[in-house]
Amino acid sequence: MSQKKSGFHPAGYEPVLLARLGKPNSRHIDGYVADGGYSSWKKILSGVKTGEWTPVKVTDLVKASGLRGRGGAGFPTGLKWTFVPPKEKRGGKPVYLLCNCDESEPGTFKDRLLIETDPHQLLEGMMLASFALDVKHAYIYIRGEMVHGAEYLNEAVSEAYAKGFLGTDIQGSGLTLDITVHRGAGAYICGEETALIESLEGKRGHPRIKPPFPAVSGVWSSPTVVNNVETLACVKHILDRGPDWFKTLGRNEKNTGPKLYCISGHVERPGVYEGPMGLPFLELLALAGGVRGGKKIKAVIPGGASAPMLTAEEVQSLPLDFDGVAAAKSMLGSAAIMVMDENTDMVKAVTNISKFFAHESCGQCTPCREGTPWLNKMLKRIVAGQGKRQDLDLMLQIANQMGNGMTICVFADAAIAPVLSGVTKFRSEFEAYIAKSAALDYQLPAPAAVTDKVAARVAEGIHS
Amino acid sequence: MSGGANVPVDSLPGQPPVGEHGALSCGKDVKFSEEALAEFEKLLTRYPTKQAALLPSLWIAQREFGWISREAVDYVAGLLSLSPAFVWGVVTFYTMYNRAPVGKHLIQFCTSISCHLNGAEEVYHECRKKLGGLKPGETTPDGKFTVIEVECLAQCDKAPAVMVNGDDHAVITKDNLDKFLESLK
Repeated sequence: MSQKKSGFHPAGYEPVLLARLGKPNSRHIDGYVADGGYSSWKKILSGVKTGEWTPVKVTDLVKASGLRGRGGAGFPTGLKWTFVPPKEKRGGKPVYLLCNCDESEPGTFKDRLLIETDPHQLLEGMMLASFALDVKHAYIYIRGEMVHGAEYLNEAVSEAYAKGFLGTDIQGSGLTLDITVHRGAGAYICGEETALIESLEGKRGHPRIKPPFPAVSGVWSSPTVVNNVETLACVKHILDRGPDWFKTLGRNEKNTGPKLYCISGHVERPGVYEGPMGLPFLELLALAGGVRGGKKIKAVIPGGASAPMLTAEEVQSLPLDFDGVAAAKSMLGSAAIMVMDENTDMVKAVTNISKFFAHESCGQCTPCREGTPWLNKMLKRIVAGQGKRQDLDLMLQIANQMGNGMTICVFADAAIAPVLSGVTKFRSEFEAYIAKSAALDYQLPAPAAVTDKVAARVAEGIHS
Repeated sequence: MSGGANVPVDSLPGQPPVGEHGALSCGKDVKFSEEALAEFEKLLTRYPTKQAALLPSLWIAQREFGWISREAVDYVAGLLSLSPAFVWGVVTFYTMYNRAPVGKHLIQFCTSISCHLNGAEEVYHECRKKLGGLKPGETTPDGKFTVIEVECLAQCDKAPAVMVNGDDHAVITKDNLDKFLESLK
């Protein structure tokens, strides 16, 4: 990555997750250990037999830190871990930890940076989480497109085995842990945790109906925890420096720790920036050099393509954390912030996003499989100057019948969020296209009765 | 699902007819090299089920054979005791398994939102024009280039982003397109 060492964090903020960025050979184990890496894992390896370290103790530290999942949903990580049934209730089944490195949400590129520059940080986080969860074999599911990322991870895993941090009876501790890197092959939906599980099992990535939740019955019908790369990297730092320190970094008790923000689109210096959870949007924008060419903002997507769009007014005092962005009726998601300047054609932007979702629908549920291409077709028709006056309301109707829990996973809700928010907030731009069209009007069908749970479903998040 | 290299195969010129389970035939039997077989055997030790090794096995097949033919599907299915139809179903779900031969350089243009905002579509069209008016997924007659459109490559800070085979290329614009293509030759 071409990210510069300086200027990727606010003044006075000491980077945590990107602390080793720019160091020579930052991705190799010698440098990692020289910088104090694997100290928490060593602590556990030596303290497990004496009883000083127990899985419960690690889980409690993570719970106390207030860490929330960085993949998109923002679910409390420690709480997620406690959903795994205790040993006596597992019927002899092993527990699996899966690291979600399927980073595919348009606008997101933070996990890529972490694994390409400091993969051992992730591995140590996985070791600590595996100890807490009684995991003997953990997997890293990395998207197929990250060819070099997978190479680097495989190298790092080999180094960790060679140095005796992985394997059987690790350093005489009695603990056993294997880590396997598993490559995906191009499918956005595999970032949804149950689709990821199906994919790891060697199937098409079709999300599963929940319940049962993965914590009870996940991969190979065993209790499974799926955590994002950045989440697991945070675990390492919580064990290194304690939950109280972790909490001091956040904006409030419910939004804690360091956070990576991906900013792209029309800004001067797009890239990954690290700051405390809850960094104000305007501060991040300033770090990124502001809007390119000194232009004004027209719209901002705060959390990846599936997050509802916000207008320039709505981002003026926006704190970038889970609850702050949710209060603005969007979501922080994977903290993929995309800035669109005043010259952006919003109709084309929304059409582009709808193309993404039409392409990536897994095809399992009819409302999503059929609805996503129809929305895209209607939008393309408007762009082509063939739009009809009723199209906008019909699109909103279609969108409402796709979301609201009509499908197995939240993909459909994610797919309609940019259309609903785009058409609602920038309606005049769509109308301007349609005004130039000579297409004939038609009768709009009577609206179906729907309950408006879209925002709640979207807030559950889809993934990174 | 439809990756560019996975456009309906019958739309590609000069290809053999579509086979029984939809996969193209490469016209000969295929099998892994000794080295690939050893890698495959090692794979099996990393998972509690054989089936879980399917995606990585298909990756080996693509590396060994260049693309996933009907024969490759049958071969991998045999190795993992799965039905060819099931394997083909998995192959077609994912965009990165090539279902037809591709050029030496598989040029993958990201046109998702961040790249779109930076003019990716124009560069993508311009690139195909420069290579003799290639259709999406088509390969140049010399077998050097295949150009396709893909979804977000997680390189939004380097928009418009392009991936060639497995290598990332940053900020490919109309201005540096010639230089970029030259660097691949």
